[in-house]
Amino acid sequence: MTTPHIAVSDLTMAYGAFVIQRDLNFTVNRGDIFIIMGGSGCGKSTLLRHLIGLQAPARGDVYYENKSFWQASDAEREQLMRRIGVLYQSGALWSSMTLAENIALPLGEYTDLSPREIGEIVSLKLALVGLAGFEDYYPSEISGGMQKRAGLARAMALDPEILFFDEPSAGLDPVSSKLLDDLIVHLRDSLGSTIVVVTHELASIFAIGNNSVFLDPETKTMIAAGDPKQLLAESDNPKVRQFLTRGAEEAGDMANSKQAAS
Amino acid sequence: MAPIWRLAGFYSHVTTSGRLSVEKHPDGIKIIISGSWEVGGSIPSSEEIVEKLSDDLRNRKVCFDAQDLIRWDSVLLTFLMKLINHCREKEIQVDYRGLPAGVQGMLHLAYAVPERAGARRDAELSGILAHIGMATLNVRKESLEFLSFIGEVSLSVGKLCTGRARFRSVDLALFLQECGAQALPIVTMISVLVGLILAFVGAHQLAVFGAQIYIADLVGIGMAREMGAMMTAIVMAGRTGAAYAAQLGTMQVNQEIDALKTMGFPPMEFLVLPRMLALILMMPLLCLYADFLGMFGGALVAIGLFDISFVEYLQETRKMVDVADFAVGIFKSGVFGVLVAIAGCMRGMQCGRSSSAVGFAATSAVVTGIVLIIVSDSVMTILTTQLGI
Repeated sequence: MTTPHIAVSDLTMAYGAFVIQRDLNFTVNRGDIFIIMGGSGCGKSTLLRHLIGLQAPARGDVYYENKSFWQASDAEREQLMRRIGVLYQSGALWSSMTLAENIALPLGEYTDLSPREIGEIVSLKLALVGLAGFEDYYPSEISGGMQKRAGLARAMALDPEILFFDEPSAGLDPVSSKLLDDLIVHLRDSLGSTIVVVTHELASIFAIGNNSVFLDPETKTMIAAGDPKQLLAESDNPKVRQFLTRGAEEAGDMANSKQAAS
Repeated sequence: MAPIWRLAGFYSHVTTSGRLSVEKHPDGIKIIISGSWEVGGSIPSSEEIVEKLSDDLRNRKVCFDAQDLIRWDSVLLTFLMKLINHCREKEIQVDYRGLPAGVQGMLHLAYAVPERAGARRDAELSGILAHIGMATLNVRKESLEFLSFIGEVSLSVGKLCTGRARFRSVDLALFLQECGAQALPIVTMISVLVGLILAFVGAHQLAVFGAQIYIADLVGIGMAREMGAMMTAIVMAGRTGAAYAAQLGTMQVNQEIDALKTMGFPPMEFLVLPRMLALILMMPLLCLYADFLGMFGGALVAIGLFDISFVEYLQETRKMVDVADFAVGIFKSGVFGVLVAIAGCMRGMQCGRSSSAVGFAATSAVVTGIVLIIVSDSVMTILTTQLGI
C-alpha cells in the first residue's frame, strides 16, 4: 500500500528568464527511496532546492501530504520544513562549531531536552554514522567522507520524516560510497523515512532506488519516471537507456535502429 | 617523448606548413589535406575553401584525402569544424572517412553533445551609452538590495528587542573579543600616530605666533570630535568589516547558510545580529580609547619638541575639550559601527558561490564601509555645526 508523501505538480524552475526545467509532475510515496537523476547540469540540484524551500518555483507547486508548500505562509512552511532533513553535497557543517555543537543546535532549538539528554542523542547520532568519539572535532579536522557522514548525523538530529541527499557519493571512494548507500537503506527500513536522493551514480541508483524521475537538459523536462531497474528493462527512450547503460547503447544508434525498424 | 624542437629538426627537410587543394570528385568535391597542420605553422585560411563550397554542391558530398598529412593538432580541428559547420548550413554532406582516425575521433567528441539552446550568452552591449545605462540600472538594483537588507536587519533587531531573536551567546562573546580586545593593538598604533600628525601639522603654524600651547586644543578637539571616531571606524572597516564579509561569504559557498535556512535558523538573526551587536557595542569604547591615545600622541610632540610641560598640556586640554565633544565623537562612532557592520554583513550575505566572489565581497565590504563612514560623517559634522553642539 503506497501513500503519496511529496507531490510535485506542474513545477517550472527558472533563473530569471532562463528556464531550467518545466512541467515537472511526479509523486514520491511514503517509504520510497526516490532518485532524482539526469546528466550534469540538468537541474537536479535546483529541483532539490525547490523541494526544501530554498528557491521558489517560477510556476507550479510542491505538496507535502497534500499541503501546498509554496502557497503556505512563512510560518506554515517553517513547520513543514521541520519535518525534513538535508545532507548537502559538501556536508555544509557549520565550520565554527564542533560536530557535537552542529548536531545539538537544532535539538536545543526545537526540543525541551536537557543538555545532558541532548549530549546523549548527539553521541547516538554520531555512533549511527560511525563517528563515535568525534564529538569535539571541528569539521575542518576530519576527512571529506567523515564530514559527509557528520552532515547526515545532523540531518537526522530531529528524526525527520523525509531525508534529502544531494549527491551523497560525490567525492567518496567506492567503499565509503557503498557504506553510505547501505546506511540510507538501513535508515529507510528502520525509521520508515522517505528518502530523496539526487545522484548520477549508476551503482547507487540501482542498489537503493525504487522510484525515480529522469530530467533531460535538452527538452528541459522529465522524460521518464518509475523504478530505475524497471526503466532499464522496459524504457524505450534512447536518452534514458543511454544514461542507465552508461552509454553502452548510444542514443543516436538507438534512434537510427528504431527508425530503420519502423 | 622527445622535445618538440628536436622533432622539428628531425623533420626539417619536410615543409612545416599545411597545404590544401581541391579536386573534382564524382559525388562532389574532394579536399586534399597535406603537410603539417600545427599551432605556429602557416596554414591556408578557411575563407577560401568555404567560398568554393557554393550552393550547387547542395545534397552532394565533400570528402577528404589526408594521406600526405604529416602532423596535426587543434589547428586542423578548428579548420575542419568551420568547414563542417558551413557544410551543415548549406546542406552539403560530409564524408569523414578520408581523415585520420584520430581526427575523426576528436570531431566525433566535439559534435557528441549538441550546443544547448539558450546556453550561449548574448554578446554584451558595448559603447559608452550602454555602459552608462547599465550602471544606472545597477544603482537601482543595488539600492533595492541595500534597502531590503536594512529592512531585514530592522526586523531582526525588532525581534531582538522583544527577546525572540535566536543566536548563540557564545558567538556574541567571540565576536566581542575579536572586534574589541583583539583590535586594541592596531587602534593604539593608529591613534597615537594620528595624534602625532595632528600636532605636527598644527604646531608649525601655531609656532609662528608663539602659540604652541594651542597644540593641546587642536589635538584634543580634533581627536574627540572627529579623528578618534573616524580612524577607528576605518580601521574596523578594513579589519572586521572585511572579515565579516569573508566569513559569511565562505559560509554561503559551503552551503552552510542553506543548511541554517532549512533547519529554520534565520541567517539574519543567527549570523548577522551577533556580528552587528558586537561591533556596535565595541566601537564607542574603542573610539574613547583612541581619543585618549591621540591626545597622548599630541602631548609627545608638544612636550618633546615645543617645550610645553605635561601639566600645561593637560590643563589646556581640560580647559578646551568638554564632555559634549567626547559625546559627539562617541555618537558618531556608534553610527559608524552600525554602518561598518551593515556593509560587511550585507556584502557577505550577497556573496556568490565561488572563491572569487568571496574576495569580491571582502573588497566591496571595505569600500562600501569607508564610503558610508565618510558620507555619514560629513552629514553629522554639518548637523552638529549648524546645531551648535
